[in-house]
Parts: sequence; C-alpha cells; structure tokens
Amino acid sequence: MMLDFERPILELEQRIGELRNLAGESRELQAEIARLEDALDGAKRRIFSNLTPYQRVQIARHPERPNFRSYRDALADDFYELAGDRLHGDDTAVRGGFAQIFGHDVVLVGHDKGADVESRVAGNFGMAHPEGCRKVNRLYELAGKFGLPLVLLVDTPGAFAGRQAEERGQAWAISADLMALAKVPVPVVSFIIGEGGSGGALAMCVADHVGMLENSYLSVIAPEACASIIFRDPSRAAEAAAALKLTASDLKGHGVADEIVPEPLGGAHRSPEKTIERVGESLERVLESFAGKNSETLLRNRHDRYRSIGAHAEAWRI
Amino acid sequence: MDGVFTKCDSCNQPIYEKDLRARFNVCPNCEHHYPLPATDRIRLLSDSGTFRERDYGLVTDDPLKFEGYGERLAKAKKKSGLNDAVMSGTCEVGGHHIALAALDFRFIGGSMGSVVGEKVARTIELGLSEELPLVIVSASGGARMFEGIYSLMQMAKTSVVLSRFMDGGKPYISVLTDPTFGGVTASFATSADIIIAEPGARIGFAGARVIEQTTKESLPEGFQTSEFQKEHGMVDRIVHRLALKGDLERVLGFLS
Repeated sequence: MMLDFERPILELEQRIGELRNLAGESRELQAEIARLEDALDGAKRRIFSNLTPYQRVQIARHPERPNFRSYRDALADDFYELAGDRLHGDDTAVRGGFAQIFGHDVVLVGHDKGADVESRVAGNFGMAHPEGCRKVNRLYELAGKFGLPLVLLVDTPGAFAGRQAEERGQAWAISADLMALAKVPVPVVSFIIGEGGSGGALAMCVADHVGMLENSYLSVIAPEACASIIFRDPSRAAEAAAALKLTASDLKGHGVADEIVPEPLGGAHRSPEKTIERVGESLERVLESFAGKNSETLLRNRHDRYRSIGAHAEAWRI
Repeated sequence: MDGVFTKCDSCNQPIYEKDLRARFNVCPNCEHHYPLPATDRIRLLSDSGTFRERDYGLVTDDPLKFEGYGERLAKAKKKSGLNDAVMSGTCEVGGHHIALAALDFRFIGGSMGSVVGEKVARTIELGLSEELPLVIVSASGGARMFEGIYSLMQMAKTSVVLSRFMDGGKPYISVLTDPTFGGVTASFATSADIIIAEPGARIGFAGARVIEQTTKESLPEGFQTSEFQKEHGMVDRIVHRLALKGDLERVLGFLS
C-alpha cells in the first residue's frame, strides 16, 4: 500500500527498477540510475524529515508496518502463549504469554493486528473486547505473582466500540487494567510500535518506561473523530492531529514518553528488520537497567510519575 | 422564575420549573432524572451545613492552546459558576464524615481534563490520609479532547491514586448518573467497592451513536441504561435520586 505523500519515492524506485532491467553494460544508463538514486535519497530525506503529525498517524497505521507478530518472532526466543480471560472467551486482538527476550524471562503482551486479511479480521484489527482486556489483566497478575517483567507492545486504534463490548463491560475491563498496572510489582516496559488509540492503548502503557517509535502516536481520540466532534468537519483530521499533540516527540516533550526510537529513513514499513532491531536494542538496555530493581521503588516511581501529569494552576485558594 | 412552565423531554408533560428544582431535577410526572449541577448534588447528599469545599481555585492551563478551548471554558465558567467540571471536599452524610467529589455535566459535558483529574485525585488522597470513606458522583461525556494527551493521562493519574486508596480499609462508593462515558467510566468511576446508578442513566464506554456509526449495529431498546448495566452485572443498585442520601447512609453504616 502506498501513502499519498510517498508517491515521489515509489515512482523513483519504479524507474530505477525498470532501468536496472534495461541497463546492462550501458554507461549512460548506469549514470542515469546513479542520478536517480541520488534523487531518491533526496526525496526520502525531504519527505521524511518534514512529516506532519497526520502523516505520521498514517505511517503508524500502515498495514505493512511491523506489528506484534514480527517483534514476537524476531525478539522472543521462546514464546509460550497463554489464552483466555476465564470468564467469556479468548480475544486474539491481544496476545500474550511467557517469553525469553535477551536472556530475560518476561511476560510479553501485545495488540495483534494480524498478518493477512483473515488474521486481521480474527483479531479485530487489534481492537480488544472486554475479554481481551481481561486476558491482559490475568497476564499482569501472573507477571506480578512470578516476578516477571512486563513487556507491552502497544498497537491499537482503540478498545472496540461495539454492542457486545458494552454488554460485557468494556469500561470496567479497561479500568481494571489501569488499576492492575498501578500496582503490579514488577518492571513494566511499554513500547508504542504503531497506533496508541485512547483508553485501549493506555491500558497497556501505564509503565516504568514508555518507548515510542518515531512515527507511532498516542492520543486521547482518533484525529478523524476529534475533527468531526470539535471542528464538526471530519475532513479537518490533519489539523486535529496537529492540535492533539500526539506524536512521539510531542509526548516526549510532555513527559509521557521516555524515549523515541528513530525509524529508518522511509519509515518502519519499508525497513521492518532494521526497525525491530532498534526496538530490540532499546528493550535489551531497558530490561537490563530494571534488573534487580526493588519493587517498592518501582511502584513509588510509577505512582509519582502519573500522579504529577497535569496542566492545572492554582488560580486562588479558599 | 417560579411560575415558569417547561416541558419534560421524557414525558412531554408541562411541569413547573420550581417543582423540578425542588425535586432535584427529577420530573414530578414521569420521574425522569435530569443532570444535576454539582452544587445541588452536594446539597442533596450532605447533611446541612457540613460541606467544606476544597480546591475551588484550580483552573486548567489549556496546555495545548487548543483552538476554541478558551471560549468554551469562559462560557462554561459563566454558566456553571465553577472553575471546572467538578466540586470536591468533605461533608457528613447521616453523620458519616466522607470525602466527596461530584462532577458537573454543565461544564463542557463533565469532561475530564487536568483539573477534574487533579481534584478527583486529591479527593481520593484526602480519603486515604484522613481515613474517610470516598464517594464520587460521576456525570461525564468522557475525556476532555481539548487537553489531548493530558486528558488521557488523567485516567492514569486517578488510577494510580485510587489503587492506593483501595489497598486501605475505607470504602469507595461510585455513583453513576446520566450520562457517564468514556475515560471517566474507564477509570475511577468503575473500580469501586460499590457502584450505584440513578434510574435511566446512560452509562458506558462508547456512546450509542458512535457504535451505530462504526459498526452499523442496531442497538436494543434501553441499551446502556442503568437497568441494562445492572442486568449485565455491572452495577450493584439502581437508586432514585431522592432516595440516594438515605441509601448512602445505609451502606456507609455497614462499612464504617
């Protein structure tokens, strides 16, 4: 899939490919290829160093962007998956289980956007129902009980908004996850690898370390929905995305994210392996830094971190 | 004003505004519960003269300088006489000393931004440090979009604070009123010891209109009402507004 603003890059790549097929020994064509390659590099730099917030949202949603499955397969040496919420069913919009990552035993949890149409639909595009949230809650409890750090990979448009989700207490399930994260006595490391949609994302990123990929986002509402509610005009989504301050660099500036992991030029979807490697390096470093940390300190720091986020002023006292 | 008639949106009958106000915005004809300003909520629940307000002066910083937010705030302040969408403090309810917060739907739909998050957090902390039972009355459309990530993070803030309170021995009673949605329902409003809802209140995560638009599902009659939530096991009791004070006194009697 091609995003609109990527068109110049793809066109150049296509022409380079065609010329390569024709060029053979021709010096002239080789020179043209070299010229086009320079132009390609320039186009990538020009486009990707000036991304608007809404373009980043579109990159975060790109279907070829590496998702939970790619990270799991590349980074977890042994993934022992666990299923079900013990109440209603198993929601594969989120997956989780024990895993070994860089020699650390952890509980790995992530939104699963799937690999093809069938698995994308089965996983509801990473939008959890309450049973998904409650499975995650079980995994938090297990991590706490057995002293395993939590590694949470966030990539969801949001918790699902639907009739059955409401019938089974979506809000109650999210609230319980937030409460569980507030007190799970093990290191919690969250990485926003793609979309961080509202409460469904937050239920996996109240954490001791929040990493964000350069083109991921975290927002209280999707920019399209924000535009139609506040501006009463869904076509103003790009403006809403800018106003919401939802990019990784905005969030680092506001103290919500601790770290931005840069994506290779052209975005994660064009260099999945390199992207995963960079997230892996960060994960290894962070897990190492938390190893042996006293749980009381972790909980106190986590509490203080979220307790202090707000933008209020004391106009006067009574 | 006292002679002014109004028409009930629910039963279409003419009612005196005076009667409606005397019954704390409950229709004398069909018992429909309208949203209740926080000041009236506190008058309804607290023993006369016992409410001590806290943190009245907290105001938002408009952290994102969001287009149109300043005007919305100014209008809401004028309309409600409040600085934001919640009133909080301590009071007595049937002689039980409690920490109380009441959200006000008139103020930008009772939405939770930095001030609501902060005042709710402080109320919870007050309950914890003074060992008081906690009562929070919610009425909210959800997160306050104008504050972007700050509003989302108020869910995290209230949760980390509430988590500590819940480890103590004092009860938290959450009262859900029409309407309570989104980030408020998905954080402090539902992780309570006891959840009481007012009759007919709409309570949920996503609003019915959003669900209909995104899923094209047709929603059953009474979807997301208090009665629906009770049937699905999500709330303990449905209590008429005019019986709420007595009901709280009863449950506080068991728990303190």
